[in-house]
Amino acid sequence: MPVVSYREALNQAMDEEMARDERVYLMGEEVAQYNGAYKVSQGLLAKYGPKRIIDTPIAEAGFTGIGIGSAMVGLRPIVEFMSWNFSLVAFDQIVNNAAKMLSMSGGNFNVPIVFRGPGGAAHNLAATHSQALESLYAHFPGLKVVMPSNPRDAKGLLKTAIRDNNPVIFIESEVMYGEKGEIPDGEYTIPFGSGEIVREGKDVTIVSWSKILQHITAKAVNRLAEEDINVELIDPRTIRPMDWELIFNSVKKTNRLVIVEEGWPFAGVGAQISHEVSNHCFDFLDAPIERVTQEDVPLPYAHNLEIASLPNIQKVIRAVRKVMYLD
Amino acid sequence: MSEYTINILQREMNQTSVKNTTHIDLLGLSPEILLKWYDEMLLIRRFEEKCAQLYGMGKIGGFCHLYNGQEAIATGSIGAITPDDYVITAYRDHGLAISKGLDPRRILAELLGKSTGTTKGKGGSMHLFSREKNFLGGHAIVGGHIPLAAGAAFASKYLDEKRVCLCFMGDGATNIGEFHEALNLASLWKLPVIYIIENNKYGMGTAVDRASAVDALHLKAAAYNMRNQVIEEGHNVLKVYQSVNAAVAHARRTYEPSLLEVQTFRYRGHSMSDPIHGHYRTKEEVEAQKKLDPLTMFAEILTDANLASESYFDSAEERVKIIVDECVAFTENSPEPPLEELYTDIYAE
Amino acid sequence: MATKILMPKLSDTMAEGVILKWLKKEGEKVKQGETLVEIESDKADMELEAYDSGVLRKILVPEGGKAGIGAPIGIIAGVNEDITGLLNETMPIPQKPQTKEAASPTTLPPSLSHLGTPSIATDDHVKASPLAKRLAVENKIELRSISGTGPQGRIIKRDIEPLIDGKKTISAKVPVSIIPGGHRDMELSLIRKTIAKRMQESKQTVPHFYVTVEIDMDPVISFREQLNSATDSKISFTDILVKAAASTLMRHPNINATYLGNTMRQFGEAHIAVAVALDEGLVTPVLRNCEQKTILQINSELHDLAERARSRRLKPEEYQGATFTISNLGMFGVEDFVAIVNPPEGAILAVGSIIEKPVVKKGQIVIVHTMKVTLSSDHRIIDGAVAARFLQDLKILIEKPVALML
Repeated sequence: MPVVSYREALNQAMDEEMARDERVYLMGEEVAQYNGAYKVSQGLLAKYGPKRIIDTPIAEAGFTGIGIGSAMVGLRPIVEFMSWNFSLVAFDQIVNNAAKMLSMSGGNFNVPIVFRGPGGAAHNLAATHSQALESLYAHFPGLKVVMPSNPRDAKGLLKTAIRDNNPVIFIESEVMYGEKGEIPDGEYTIPFGSGEIVREGKDVTIVSWSKILQHITAKAVNRLAEEDINVELIDPRTIRPMDWELIFNSVKKTNRLVIVEEGWPFAGVGAQISHEVSNHCFDFLDAPIERVTQEDVPLPYAHNLEIASLPNIQKVIRAVRKVMYLD
Repeated sequence: MSEYTINILQREMNQTSVKNTTHIDLLGLSPEILLKWYDEMLLIRRFEEKCAQLYGMGKIGGFCHLYNGQEAIATGSIGAITPDDYVITAYRDHGLAISKGLDPRRILAELLGKSTGTTKGKGGSMHLFSREKNFLGGHAIVGGHIPLAAGAAFASKYLDEKRVCLCFMGDGATNIGEFHEALNLASLWKLPVIYIIENNKYGMGTAVDRASAVDALHLKAAAYNMRNQVIEEGHNVLKVYQSVNAAVAHARRTYEPSLLEVQTFRYRGHSMSDPIHGHYRTKEEVEAQKKLDPLTMFAEILTDANLASESYFDSAEERVKIIVDECVAFTENSPEPPLEELYTDIYAE
Repeated sequence: MATKILMPKLSDTMAEGVILKWLKKEGEKVKQGETLVEIESDKADMELEAYDSGVLRKILVPEGGKAGIGAPIGIIAGVNEDITGLLNETMPIPQKPQTKEAASPTTLPPSLSHLGTPSIATDDHVKASPLAKRLAVENKIELRSISGTGPQGRIIKRDIEPLIDGKKTISAKVPVSIIPGGHRDMELSLIRKTIAKRMQESKQTVPHFYVTVEIDMDPVISFREQLNSATDSKISFTDILVKAAASTLMRHPNINATYLGNTMRQFGEAHIAVAVALDEGLVTPVLRNCEQKTILQINSELHDLAERARSRRLKPEEYQGATFTISNLGMFGVEDFVAIVNPPEGAILAVGSIIEKPVVKKGQIVIVHTMKVTLSSDHRIIDGAVAARFLQDLKILIEKPVALML
């Protein structure tokens, strides 16, 4: 199987879908001549030309609205946000127009659009450039929220997103763009609402996604294995729709759940997972559900404070030991 | 106008003899079209009055923004485009929807939240839509639809379709961010969208000179190097038609957008909760504007051109009354949406 | 056509309006579209235009008057038209603003978090994880008897698991024979030999017959709860059964009897033996004079006897001299069974487990707890009807346990 980087996987997805359907186009800041702020769209301008790979001025509300308007009448745009933090100036367009158009128009107009870009913290980018906004967008009916954690999922899920007839919020991470992984040869897609059991286990279930899964949770799981604690690690891959059955079956087996996520605790995705699990798996829980989240503060700049604010391996281990009644 | 409306008017008109057969050109428009325009504006006026009555009876809830006094803009603008072209507007959308061809019976049903409404009762007064008629809504967030209009124009150019998009907005919308971003992009990328400001002098209760640093709103286009024009006689359907027609032709030829400002007046308050006068407009001001009623003005033009007379205008009232009464009957006989509708049209297949 | 002028809704929050000024007088001509009246709404002063042409025949609400939305405030008609019909209609009550009833309840259920989780078992103050509670119920383990090792004494899975009988787990593996070679010979213990001799003798000489009744246990379950709330001891169902049996035996001396060949000896005291299972076999320590003892005394004595039975410290007189025996296999989930009479006694009562089931009461299906008891009797001195009457009275007493206090 070929080994590619996360960004190459995204590039391949867009390339293949644009070759497959002429109505697909890419729009965003620096996506064309600059070849992408993070080089995700490298080479696409040369291949498809300026009609389909479009550089925009810094006007998120404006170009997001144009994307949505064009999607209403037949095109299939991919709108790149240089970072999901900047999507907030286009929030009105995304949640009031994209999310609600099908419903408000009584089925007249659907909006087949993909909004993609990197989200979450990188290094030392400070508060307004580091936000994990998935719970914000998952809150709105009408949107789908997708968060691949590896190259194989990035390509398969982006292809599905582009073919989906609804607005899709596709959150990547600049920290993962260079990471390599195996992807299947040839044509493949990954459906939404289908999570993955990354590692089977019996002592405790951990649900985690995106870069935190790769950089923090997976490492903590290996450390715990050394202490003879057998974690079942689940990557939901899509936040909305969420693969509830996979999570419920796991918790019924292990009787314990820890959620590890990058977002803030109040009304975060983990809060929703907590509610659903406590509702559906009540008689199977041997301990209250634990969450490891970002600290409830805007992310500070200083390196040590940033590390302390984000989830880390120690916090995960502590949470696991707590639900297992160790120490 | 919708096929339904045209059929009714045709049927009724055939029973009325046209007084004068002299063929006089007004901007190259046939008498048939001109008389239809009169009927259409009268229909919009009486339809809106019926909405006011129904709102007063508590049958229409929420917000209801009426078009009385602005009819010439809808008829004159949409008279300059084809059914294939797009129209999008904000929430003062009943008149434009009627002009664009949505069935007025289904518009009224939508206002009363019935399942037979244009948007299945799920949109209401501010969210009339029709894919079939290329009417892209009905939008409630001020300025939120302005980039969408540029997007529709973008798609037309991308797909080589030669359609234009007419985007209507109020004077207040020219101050919000999305207006500026969209105009910049439309001009920069040459998108065939015609932005039409319906300047009725007040953004709800705030006069234009208290909201905008620039009084001549059409001049804001200069910041974006965009073709622009003001139509001072917004009550004159022919003047409106003339300017919009020129802008549309320019867009079809060059893909370049335009910003048109139509000076007009609304005879009713901003919405049904807003008084007609006494709050921020004086009674005298409103009365003075009523002298420039688009209906009376156009009736005069038609009379002077020997195309119609008093009896025609009376017969028009009767024709329109039939339609409005049928709208009410249709609506009253329509059911509310079933509860299952709550969960439909959230995600597309 | 005469029409009523109705008070219009002039804002989305308006409920009623005040007539400020009529701009037409009664009898004046009105043209459609003309301003007719000025009305004060909750937001602003608004004007109402006439929807029809005609004459303002009647003003129903004068200046300064109030009317609810939809109430008639005037009548427009032809100048000579008869409007008595409209006028005679009962003055309408000002309509309340139209609020559509929600199709689904709009009141949210009150937050139950302060009530805590209702416990499955009757152990209200026991802290246990939901999993532990479920395991306890499923395996009929009393949570109160376990001390939890979780935070604040919470009972958790690892506290329950060891108590779950290993035999109950269904092994997916192919059972391996525990006896290598196919068989083994074991020396019989003294107790085993005694039981073998006595049981064979009983079955060969005593003509057994069996009568079963099903008892509604809900009253005694709650009775026991109440007893236990009044004492530090833990009163068991067996304790109550012994008391009930003793009381009933007093009224049925022909059960509390023994066959002596030509005579039947009926006893005036109830010395009740309670079967206790040991590894090597069965022992039946005897509680003397149960008819005189309180439930609490029975409880404490039985507890003591059972303990000493298990540790093989019973004195001979403590397992001899019974007039009646009770054997309980309920803790093993046995629904009912028949026991073998312990000679020289006349009868033995076999007690099954308490089961929750649906039964029909007065034509309705209700969920109750029931328990089956089977009386094995010596037909030489006890007949079917005699046994049945005894059981009938026992059942009545257990179903009304408060009578035990009399």
